[in-house]
Amino acid sequence: METILVLMHADETGTTLTKSSLEAATAGIELKTQLSASLVIGVIAVDASSAASALASTGARILAVTGDAYAQARYASDAAACEALCRAANASIILAPASSRFARVSAGVARRLGGAIDTHITAIGGSTSVEASRWFYRQRIESVLSRDARPWFLLLDAGTHQAFSGTPGETAIEHVAVTLPALRTTVTGLRAPLQTAQTIRPDAKMLLVAGAGWTKKQPDGQTHAGEAGELILGFLQGSGASLGSSKSLVDQGSDNQAVLPFLTHMNQIGQTGATPRHEKGLSTCCHGEEPHVVGWRFIAERRAISLDPNCGWTRGKADVVYIADAFAVIAKVNALLEAAKA
Amino acid sequence: MGNVLHIVVCAGIVPDPLQTLEPVNGPAGPGLKNEMMLPAVLDPWAASALYEAAHLTAKNAGSKVWLVSLGPKAKLQQVMMTVAQKVSFELVPIDGPIGGFTDAHATAAVLAEAIAAIPGLDRDKLLLFGGWESATRGAGVTLQLIGERLGIIDQFQGVDQIALHEDGSFEVLERVEGGKHQLSVCAGAPAVLGWATGNLGEPRNNPQIGMANMRLMMPALQKAKPATLASNGLHYISTSLPKQQRTTRVVKDMSTDEIARELIAWMGAE
Repeated sequence: METILVLMHADETGTTLTKSSLEAATAGIELKTQLSASLVIGVIAVDASSAASALASTGARILAVTGDAYAQARYASDAAACEALCRAANASIILAPASSRFARVSAGVARRLGGAIDTHITAIGGSTSVEASRWFYRQRIESVLSRDARPWFLLLDAGTHQAFSGTPGETAIEHVAVTLPALRTTVTGLRAPLQTAQTIRPDAKMLLVAGAGWTKKQPDGQTHAGEAGELILGFLQGSGASLGSSKSLVDQGSDNQAVLPFLTHMNQIGQTGATPRHEKGLSTCCHGEEPHVVGWRFIAERRAISLDPNCGWTRGKADVVYIADAFAVIAKVNALLEAAKA
Repeated sequence: MGNVLHIVVCAGIVPDPLQTLEPVNGPAGPGLKNEMMLPAVLDPWAASALYEAAHLTAKNAGSKVWLVSLGPKAKLQQVMMTVAQKVSFELVPIDGPIGGFTDAHATAAVLAEAIAAIPGLDRDKLLLFGGWESATRGAGVTLQLIGERLGIIDQFQGVDQIALHEDGSFEVLERVEGGKHQLSVCAGAPAVLGWATGNLGEPRNNPQIGMANMRLMMPALQKAKPATLASNGLHYISTSLPKQQRTTRVVKDMSTDEIARELIAWMGAE
């Protein structure tokens, strides 16, 4: 019989579990039922008491590694903590959220335990054995796979499961001791963009994808990058959307072409960028495979504004394509959003 | 006075992103149709790592870059003809299979063995670079596994910037959730850095660098050690292209005002 361990960690507060951790809890509960397995939860936090309370209704055995050393997301300490939790749980299947914190260490921990790891898991199936789904070649080919090796680590992509929500209660925590190696790395903080320029919002309902067309010559023969920037930022402020960009638009900065100053490579979606999950996506001035195929593979409802009625990339990929000037349409949308707020 | 760094860049070769990919199932598991015929490029994230490595060594006299790459010899030669023109490095080729469906653990074992055998490599000065993911498997685990095999416990993933200090320590910017960077200070080498895109553009081709690289590259390719990758109990149950095809409504005759109103209604803002 398999024993499932779900690894979780607290957010910057050091006490509250991250949303992706709670999603992993749901996956663990589902898999436990599916395999008639036992479930253990391992928490890394400064203080795990509120996390344990939130997880009490899962009925799982709860292990925790706690202390100030775990306020920082750092390879040496996190890997040691995860290793200790895995050894204490003696689990054969280990689920964890694909957060930056666990994505940094999980493969190393799998190696220490003589196990195997697969990441970016989007679904877990199988009735008698575990079958995991993931994408290859940047979301172009989907596979279902299984492994003989145990323990088998499965890192779950965010948004693939509902976040666990149960009635808080009291439950026993088994504290696991960790022997830390000499720590040579110190986390000194987070660097976030200024609030007014915050353009990446993973929890937003909608994604706006800006393509290179925004900085190309317009019908008057001139580029209008400044106006484009104002329109895009106005849309983001009015709608609360997150901003994605095509590679070609981000790369223009290093090619000395007109640029949108608030765009960085972190906005990039597609082959060498992110594949975000949002309920809706609106693509503007994009012409290429990356935004329409790779970038919004996991966007449920998709619309596009394009001047090219023959753009082959949008056909079959978007639900609706408006053949129109994005400058005019977004200006009008912004005006309507502003009027609605007023 | 700069620090002397020994930077090893692990870089795979991948099908050109513009190619159409079709999976095929063979006796050895899944692969790509006409895989050997597809034009290949250096993996984009690994390429960022290579350019950052070259940038660092240029600022720190006595430093050196090795590029460790696993792939069929002929394919490696084809890709390296272009890459060699960009920056200076010594190629450590390994003649083996490519593709996203190989097991990352087996790949890591082969790469770690090749790195450990590099003559003159000082592990105390080692920065192990690579892409934080790849355009094939995209698992983001190979570098970590190599790091563990080499006993390196200072690892960073999604790196966009490294700033070296006089005392050998360095500050790293790693991508974390919500479009933020985590800042860390590491006491120094050895360390593993899985690069995201970094901040450097692709260097222009420099024929002189190309000539210098090729002098060592061609003999190295001829002597490339063959490697086979074990499956390690990895089974593919199915491999397929996504079948979902949307029925796209192409709207050509709607005014700007009408489009804006329809979008607002769709966004749920009214």
